[in-house]
Amino acid sequence: MVILMGIETENREIENSMRKTARTLLKEKKVDVIIGYTNGTVPLSSAPIMITKEEDVEKLIWNNLCYVNLANYLVPRIPQLIDPEEGDLKVGIVSKGCVGRALIHLSVEKQINLENIKMIGIPCNGIINRKRIEKEIGEKEILEVFTSGNDIVVKGKDFEQNFSFEEYINELCKVCKVKSPPVFAELAETCTGECQEISSIDNNFEDLMEFESKTTEVKWDYIKDTLETCTRCYACREACPMCYCNLCFVDQNKPIWFEKTTDISDIIAFHLVRAMHLAGRCVACGACSSVCPMGIDLNFITRKLEKIVKERFNFTSGIDPKRMPPMMDFSLDDAEEFMLEED
Amino acid sequence: MVTQTKQEESLNDEWEPKILAFLCNWCSYAGADLAGVSRIQYPPTIRVVRVPCSGRVNPYFIIKSLMDGWDGVVVSGCHPGDCHYLTGNLVARRRFAILKELLEFFGIEPGRVNFMWASAAEGERFANLIKKATKIVKKLGPNKKFEKKW
Repeated sequence: MVILMGIETENREIENSMRKTARTLLKEKKVDVIIGYTNGTVPLSSAPIMITKEEDVEKLIWNNLCYVNLANYLVPRIPQLIDPEEGDLKVGIVSKGCVGRALIHLSVEKQINLENIKMIGIPCNGIINRKRIEKEIGEKEILEVFTSGNDIVVKGKDFEQNFSFEEYINELCKVCKVKSPPVFAELAETCTGECQEISSIDNNFEDLMEFESKTTEVKWDYIKDTLETCTRCYACREACPMCYCNLCFVDQNKPIWFEKTTDISDIIAFHLVRAMHLAGRCVACGACSSVCPMGIDLNFITRKLEKIVKERFNFTSGIDPKRMPPMMDFSLDDAEEFMLEED
Repeated sequence: MVTQTKQEESLNDEWEPKILAFLCNWCSYAGADLAGVSRIQYPPTIRVVRVPCSGRVNPYFIIKSLMDGWDGVVVSGCHPGDCHYLTGNLVARRRFAILKELLEFFGIEPGRVNFMWASAAEGERFANLIKKATKIVKKLGPNKKFEKKW
């Protein structure tokens, strides 16, 4: 879809077709519940909503603030809490590209059964970086946010500011190649609405090159400065569809792997291990960055992970439901140039 | 452990790094034993932790060691294909590859963490690799990045 008509009309169109699909699904009783986005309780945010009745479909919205990855709501953290009688719930889920990828990856990890899921595919047009806007507005209170033409308009008591959509879009969304959820012949039933067929994603990771060419000290200083403000609230973990461990390593107290302080060494250890856990699993939805109360840009770490698994194992998560993720697999002829060898 | 491994703040030639070595029970631990029995000299910088397999080495161990003040970490296992548990070291290798790249990305000298293969018959190779790892870590100096402020 070429952006000729402006973001505002585009959003309206996506919203209308999404509601139409949702209504049909509910009417034909193909799903019991639909998980989607609705307006947040405060401006410049969105909230997830679960609807079961046809008349509630109007509550579903689509705008460029729908940053939550809805796949997160399908994976139970504590399996004992699921009612076995409710286990067969058919769920419709409003899926932008990365939600679709997360669903497929979760099904590879056997966390969900795609047969019980209907994706309501939407061609996502990008999520705006609300942290950047918040930073620029500063202390002033935001009362209203809406799109007009190609701009995001932020209104307050005695100010009104326009933000160009193209400029304030998330860095991840700029390089995103999976706008609508991936679909496959064998899973054709799963996807309703807009879906696309993807076999592989070409990515050159140019955005990382500049940082990677820097020296160790410069990198360390950058990482330290970026993560220093982290309060370890674990909002990134909660928002991540892939962080579904029953007991996270930071919550463990026997043994205490990493202390629960906000000392920079503990913060870096947390982000390092979290990155380790997400290698080959991160679907690049950017939810972790969007929910960070301190506005830390975690995307550059997840982007690096994507690059590592792409270059090393030629793997992209959430694209192929048949392929094993690299960290669940092994091969005798993996590259081992990093091993120490005799001179 | 922290107090034991805290290094004096001197970068002169006398400073010797302290390296934590995770050696697999079946190959590298026996290899280190052979190096000792054969009286092959190698620097006394490593402190050995015997693990059942290099696949047992969780990335937590490595990051935790660095946080506790070790100047370097060495993980050594059987050669690929020779694992006592058939595939343990292959699984480990993928983990190490990602950890090493991530450490570099985070600005932690990747030379602090070294991975190697040494079989039970390779006492000399083991000694040489430990010499090499010691040289690398010595050049990097004491590990201060994870020092706690409070």
